[in-house]
Amino acid sequence: MLKINNLHVKLEEEDKQILNGVDLEVPAGSVHAIMGPNGSGKSTLSYVLSGRDGYEVTTGGATLDGEDLLDMDPEERAAAGVFLAFQYPVEIPGVGNMTFLRTAVNAQRKARGEEELSAADFLKLVREKAKALKIDADMLKRPVNVGFSGGEKKRNEILQMAMLEPKMCILDETDSGLDVDAMKLVSEGVNALRDAGRSFLVITHYQRLLDHIKPDVVHIMAAGRIVKSGGPDLALEVEHNGYSDILAELA
Amino acid sequence: MARANPATDPLEARLGGLIFPAGGAWAQEARKSALARLRAQGLPGRRDEYWRFTRPDSLNALEPDAAQVFDTGDEPPVFGEIDRLKVVFVDGVFAPDESDPLALAGIEIERLGDATARDIHWAQGLYGVLEDRGQTPVARPFAALNTAFAGDGAVIRVTGKAAKPVNLIYRHESEISDAILHHVVKLEPGADITLLENGPAAARFNKVLEVEVGDGAAFHHIRTQGRDHERQAVTHVFARLGAEAVFKSFTLTVNGRLTRNECVVEMAGDDAVAHIAGAAMGDAERCDFHHDDTVFVTHDAQRCESRQVFKKVLRNGAVGTFQGKILVKAGAQKTDGYQKSQSLLLDGDSTFLAKPELEIYADDVACSHGSTSGAIDEEALFYLRSRGVPQALATDLLVLAFLADTIGEIEDADIGADITGRLDAWLQRRRG
Repeated sequence: MLKINNLHVKLEEEDKQILNGVDLEVPAGSVHAIMGPNGSGKSTLSYVLSGRDGYEVTTGGATLDGEDLLDMDPEERAAAGVFLAFQYPVEIPGVGNMTFLRTAVNAQRKARGEEELSAADFLKLVREKAKALKIDADMLKRPVNVGFSGGEKKRNEILQMAMLEPKMCILDETDSGLDVDAMKLVSEGVNALRDAGRSFLVITHYQRLLDHIKPDVVHIMAAGRIVKSGGPDLALEVEHNGYSDILAELA
Repeated sequence: MARANPATDPLEARLGGLIFPAGGAWAQEARKSALARLRAQGLPGRRDEYWRFTRPDSLNALEPDAAQVFDTGDEPPVFGEIDRLKVVFVDGVFAPDESDPLALAGIEIERLGDATARDIHWAQGLYGVLEDRGQTPVARPFAALNTAFAGDGAVIRVTGKAAKPVNLIYRHESEISDAILHHVVKLEPGADITLLENGPAAARFNKVLEVEVGDGAAFHHIRTQGRDHERQAVTHVFARLGAEAVFKSFTLTVNGRLTRNECVVEMAGDDAVAHIAGAAMGDAERCDFHHDDTVFVTHDAQRCESRQVFKKVLRNGAVGTFQGKILVKAGAQKTDGYQKSQSLLLDGDSTFLAKPELEIYADDVACSHGSTSGAIDEEALFYLRSRGVPQALATDLLVLAFLADTIGEIEDADIGADITGRLDAWLQRRRG
């Protein structure tokens, strides 16, 4: 599904290298987690994959089902199946959540040459998905993320993911700012989407989230590279001993 | 007093191209007095402080520049879904065949020419009167010119609740039309009317609307100006509010080489409310876009509330200007005055100029103003695009969001929805 090959990335405006040769392959249907200390480049990786401005790829590349991702505009990547659940979902005053969702769903369908959803079909679908995430009608009516609590924002991200049905879901610290109940709710939303044709890249600081969203593979990222990969036990090791042991062992 | 020579004086040259309309004695008096005002003021020039942001040259010119008639294609008419009384003017002349019969429960309505022909008419107390009051402390020569020379218009007396909105529709057929319309609306105490206006009217359009809102009466005004790219318009609204009166005015402007919309509101009775809002969207790619909102609100009574909310979206070298003033006279205690003017600049070529002013002579008031100018929110844009919304559509969503609180000033939900839907459709058409 997702193949990242020797990816080197620097900031566009500054001479600062962030990613120093990331190699990663996420097969269809699997859940990979990336853990790592602050500043290791985890969020940058998620932004580069989703097409945010401000980064320059100096070497290497990334493909989704063989297609060059880095060559596409953000909206093209979305239509191709990439979805980034933001660490800090953006507030958009004046744009209703429902309008936003319908516009996004139909824009992707249009880009893929599919027929747009009718208003009635859309409404039915969004109500069903929102219910599972305990998102009420009021949250759907309000402007996108405006006045939402931290937990509501994250649930809203998962609702978008459920509506857009992407192939490659990237979750950037989705657990940050969540209490235990909210984390459970969000995780259930993610788990409901697990499917043989859908892959997940879960970026997190804490093993906690991985108790709920069980990964197949755990990677440790440091200084802009994947430095160690292993099974779910690797996350437990980090939880108990921190990153210093792993980093020391590599040094 | 000797007249200036038309060969050398631009005002006399301009007046030479106009026809002084016939009419009854009171109307002749009003027109002559307006002409005297105009002669005393002269035409505005670049040196006039009040015209610092906007060049009046093309409005001063003897002949209007040509303006191609905009083809709206198969778009449904603006306000078409609203049950309304249609009053149509084509290039500034009333078109009875296209209009509904001038009769509606709750109002009396007639043509300006019919009213001015009579020896005695209630409009005598208003025609040119509010315009004259609005000439101090700032001269508004095009309004005086309008009072002197307006050949047509609607004269409306609202005695109760108007059974439905009155829609003044301005069609533009001739590419060189030069229209002057003058409307007078008088709301008796407790009366209520919604006045809709839409269309370009002419290649060059000069319009004055005088509105007297009696005690406890409510005047709702919603207009969209025509999208003909090269059209020019100078419009004035003069309103005077009695006690507990409500005045709400919203204007949507898309396209237009030059638009100067002045709104002069006098809060004359205690506890009155005036909201003036404007949304303008301009793209100077095809021809210049210059939009000027000039507002003057005078508080001369206690506990009145006034709000000014103006927003502009500008691209490809479009220019937007705002001159807004709140004058609080001595004794106008507990005034609540608010003014906001903002622009969204979609590129580095576009310009927004703002001059917010407060002048306060009472000591127990709350007045504030804010003016901002900014680019599109890149974070929001990326968020939308990351969900698959193409850049042009994402930008338009943010444009609509930016303008939303001006449209929010429209009280009637159906009319507000018509305006939002219209704007949405126009943006879509632009995206192609």
